[in-house]
Amino acid sequence: MFLTLASQSLAELLESYVPEGWQYVGAGLIHMALLFAVFSLCPFFFIWMERKVAGRIQDRLGPTRVGGRFGWLQSLADGVKLIQKEDLCPPAADSMLFRSAPYIVCMSSFSAFVVLPFSKGWVAVAADCGLFIMLAIMSLEVFGIILAGYSSASKWSLFGGMREAAQMVSYEIPMAICALIPVVAAGSLNLGEIGDMQSGGIWNWFVFHDPFTFLAFFVYFVVATASCKRAPFDLAEAESELVGGFHTEYSGMRWSFFFMGEYASMFAVCGIASILFLGGWNTGISGVDSALTGLRDQDGALSYLAGVIGVGVFGIKAALGVFMQVWLRWTVPRIRIDQVITVCLKYLVPISCFLFLGAIVWPLMLHAGLGGRTTWNEPLGRRVADAIHSDPPVTPSKDTDTATEETNADLNDAEPAAETELDRESVSAAPLRNTVILNDASEVSQ
Amino acid sequence: MTGDAVFFTLYALLACFGAVAVVVSQKIVRMAFWLIISLGSIAALFFLAGADFVGATQLLIYVGGTLVLLVFGVMLTSSGPYLRIDTSPGEMVTATIVGLLFLFMVVGTQSGVDWTGTKARLDAATGTTDQASDFESGSEGNTLRRIGMSLLGLRPDLGAAETGRLYTGYLLPFEIISVHLLVVLVGAAYLARAKRRRSS
Repeated sequence: MFLTLASQSLAELLESYVPEGWQYVGAGLIHMALLFAVFSLCPFFFIWMERKVAGRIQDRLGPTRVGGRFGWLQSLADGVKLIQKEDLCPPAADSMLFRSAPYIVCMSSFSAFVVLPFSKGWVAVAADCGLFIMLAIMSLEVFGIILAGYSSASKWSLFGGMREAAQMVSYEIPMAICALIPVVAAGSLNLGEIGDMQSGGIWNWFVFHDPFTFLAFFVYFVVATASCKRAPFDLAEAESELVGGFHTEYSGMRWSFFFMGEYASMFAVCGIASILFLGGWNTGISGVDSALTGLRDQDGALSYLAGVIGVGVFGIKAALGVFMQVWLRWTVPRIRIDQVITVCLKYLVPISCFLFLGAIVWPLMLHAGLGGRTTWNEPLGRRVADAIHSDPPVTPSKDTDTATEETNADLNDAEPAAETELDRESVSAAPLRNTVILNDASEVSQ
Repeated sequence: MTGDAVFFTLYALLACFGAVAVVVSQKIVRMAFWLIISLGSIAALFFLAGADFVGATQLLIYVGGTLVLLVFGVMLTSSGPYLRIDTSPGEMVTATIVGLLFLFMVVGTQSGVDWTGTKARLDAATGTTDQASDFESGSEGNTLRRIGMSLLGLRPDLGAAETGRLYTGYLLPFEIISVHLLVVLVGAAYLARAKRRRSS
């Protein structure tokens, strides 16, 4: 369940240093500290990036003084300023809800990082339904915003909160459907497995898997931008109409918690995009990828180095996504709230449904074209019965090394994108055997 | 006391505290807030029990879906700034009696069960033996593949491989429920539209 670091879990690593029974507590605390550091540094970096990019787009320099030439400590200065501010609560507000709302926003976007893998095996909780858990946790963020809008006892806040609720609840639907499209291609909800399947060459990335996933990536990105309430979808905090929207009445640290939550969830949705569509921690160059896989099988520091490179690649991909969102914010004009809802419900939902159906039909059609067995020419029940009778269950091998090799061979064999799909097809044809392989893979990654 | 027990106690107490606070507080949105605490703690209990899928579903449907709709509804329909529900003493008495009866039922049922050796008996009843261990992908909450295959009626853990018998899945009931929900949605959209036309 816990993170593997340098091919052995952190708990095993701690076993020799801490008293018996405390290694899991220690591992849990280290995971928490690491994740919290990532969670706090993301906004720190992205706010600075936002200011610099906005400055450049508007033909200014942006922050230049704090921390040297590029003003890279500007976020720290901002943070210090915000801590010093008075913590205000309007007298008419429902003070308990008003004070707790920022924590709900912050906690929900922070908790999403628990199941987000940063590199192969570098994940706090390697859950089988990681993507599902992540989407579920991130859907809680809207609650804090509604509570903030409602409990502020201000019209700006109430309207902002209502717009935000309508917008985020609507955009959750196409977001979930778009996230399902690469899941259909991968046959797994485990973010670690999905990332592993895309190793070896940029053509293995799910964005180039078939036309539907290619389009789904762009739809997902638009939807993700909207679900982070970023411009051009930031009607909930439109300054010209609603002052600050749901956070009009907030000041100081509580105000900044909303922004920490916003920037962290920007990173989280871009992280999901990079794992689902852009190969996650894989570089996309097949030679480099196989070299990294070789490095990963080594012991100790080399394997750790491969993990660090993976984190770097993943971080760059996700940060590029955030950069795109910043770029959009400062160049695209804001659209009206009714247009935001129309775009979602009348265009993005049908488009994503169409893409989802297409992504399901695509492997079947392709397989039928190649003369294989599909659900078109053979009922599913018979295939299941065949699978049970013809394929005796293979006993799971306890030797993890051979299992890893087997899985890697399986993944590397499927070099053309189409063949990955055929591999997936054979999963349903022989569920028992393939379950064993995949299960072993998940055991390895835990 | 193991770590599991510590977390179980913590989340169980939080869930109970949230549930009591829902009843005690009188502002609707505060009730919703306490309901999040309660339902979220129950989701955490599911995660602790290794039922990741059920826990995530609990979060997505009850906390992220139902409660958001509840607060949204209150925000759209309330006439005053903070909507309150004042319970009359009669309601309090009735609710207490019903609650106590339910508590007696639960306690009675729970104490009537012989809990010794439950796991062994459960394993025997569901046929969870070594031969089906490949189907038992992970004991640590990795239940997704099992749930999906069981939905399709594929249950090697019940010894389907030996008997050659396929078990009935839950795909058809699932589809019927989803179509039912779709009908409800269409109906709701129709009603909302008709109302708007009349007023304008």
